[in-house]
Amino acid sequence: MMEIMEGSHAVAEIVKRCRPQVVSAYPITPQTHIVEDLAQMVASCELDAEYITVESEFSALSACLGASAAGSRVYSATTSQGLILMAEVCFNAAGMRLPIVMTIANRSLGAPLSIWNDQQDTIALRDSGWLQFYAEDNQEIADLHMIAYKVCEDHDILLPAFVCFDGFILTHTYEPVDLPSQEEVDAYLPAFTPYHRLDAAKPLSMGMYATPDYYMEFRYEIDRAMYRARDAFIKAGREFGEQFGRDYSGLVEGYRLDDADVALIAMGSICGTVKDAVDEMRDAGKKVGLLKIRTYRPFPGPEIVEALKGVSTVAVLDKNISLGNGGAVGTEVKSALYGTGISVYDYIIALGGRDVRKRDIAAVVDLAEKGEGDMFYGLRTEVL
Amino acid sequence: MTAAELIAFAAFEGGVYAQAFPAFGVERRGAPVQAFVRFSDEKIRLRSQIYEPDYIIVQDSTLVGDVDVFKGMKAGGIAIVNTEKADFDSNVPEGVKVYIVDATTIALEELGVPITNTTLMGAFAAATGEIKLESLEHALRNRFSGSMADKNVNAAKRAYNLIGGAA
Repeated sequence: MMEIMEGSHAVAEIVKRCRPQVVSAYPITPQTHIVEDLAQMVASCELDAEYITVESEFSALSACLGASAAGSRVYSATTSQGLILMAEVCFNAAGMRLPIVMTIANRSLGAPLSIWNDQQDTIALRDSGWLQFYAEDNQEIADLHMIAYKVCEDHDILLPAFVCFDGFILTHTYEPVDLPSQEEVDAYLPAFTPYHRLDAAKPLSMGMYATPDYYMEFRYEIDRAMYRARDAFIKAGREFGEQFGRDYSGLVEGYRLDDADVALIAMGSICGTVKDAVDEMRDAGKKVGLLKIRTYRPFPGPEIVEALKGVSTVAVLDKNISLGNGGAVGTEVKSALYGTGISVYDYIIALGGRDVRKRDIAAVVDLAEKGEGDMFYGLRTEVL
Repeated sequence: MTAAELIAFAAFEGGVYAQAFPAFGVERRGAPVQAFVRFSDEKIRLRSQIYEPDYIIVQDSTLVGDVDVFKGMKAGGIAIVNTEKADFDSNVPEGVKVYIVDATTIALEELGVPITNTTLMGAFAAATGEIKLESLEHALRNRFSGSMADKNVNAAKRAYNLIGGAA
């Protein structure tokens, strides 16, 4: 049944129904409401889990790492500075092949200090070996958590995931969400069966020292698992659709791309605004569409090539900047489309919470059509 | 933000899609804050802030003058202003109808505290017709329990009836 609820509350409710056995997190804006709700659920015995309170994000993810290694389904949530404080543990969790699911309420990074949204935090952890899924709205963020546990815990994958939604823009927004019941979630998501776990009766070591004779092979195996996660996501997304009627079988999702000359590419909540802008441009006779990237890792290169057949110009909206070389999504889209002859332009947009309106999307399309791109969009030149 | 959330809840009860969100980052009681609500017959995808509101609710009229609270409003718009001054006057755009409610006094009398969210919701429901009184009451009883629910419903109804007579 659809109900109006806050995005953070929708996440806490669905996480509860995914039955994590251990939760550890450190509160940080704009993630706070999620972990407050979960702490309350544990305190009131609504959620049968161990909630480990800690003094920092580094400890939070370390506690999750230990609990996951011991064979528990675990959960954490963070954002921004909290995520980068976890950076070392993030690489270790992926390297140890621990299927931790962590919600990220995407937020910019300091300095200067900003509590507002962009996607710099998860992009900064791009190469950590975590899967990265991005939600457009609060229904999708709830649904992606169930899919994430299923994909991560698949014995062919065994990787952790960032399940990302835009801080404030989604975390603090009240809108209708249809949450599956506990029974429905149980039917979709079986209990976690660890592939290997710490057990005093059968001792083993994880995250060991690897000499040059072995290190590369470990990295290769993570990379292969990341590629296999493509099919695992598609399968888990299709099963989700069959059970719940909302289809997530695409690593990408096209909107009005048929016969489009210009395609916008984006991730996260901005896709909603882009869809409304696309409708207005279509009404005005412009052949424009959107390609939404749902999984940034694994990166959907082949799907992007397939979806953009027939398109002449691509405008990528990047809510991040790889300082010195443009936006991370734009760079990878250019790489994927290399040799196709499609013109790809990148726009750094909406950093640090700057609002994006439909007219901004139309202005980006105008720039791309004129061949002007690879730039920051919407700079206040008067303060430069 | 509480008022925005409750209005969204009540509107959704009434059968339309609704979206409520704060002007992010500064939601502290007492500080100047903004919150936004959208209603639509269709699913709401737009995430930008609202620049051309059809309706505004001004919870604290001392902001008027410091902030152009009517910015972006067009003819046909409706504003609800909480003030005790019956002769309230400001740069109201042409064609915008302003309803004055002394919500602080109503809230003090009904709730014992100068928190005007629920009173102004009653005024909003009457002035705009966007939410029904039953939906509003349901939203309040869902949010509050026991005598607090009754008190908030009474506050909302007083403002509803006050405006209802004028609208």
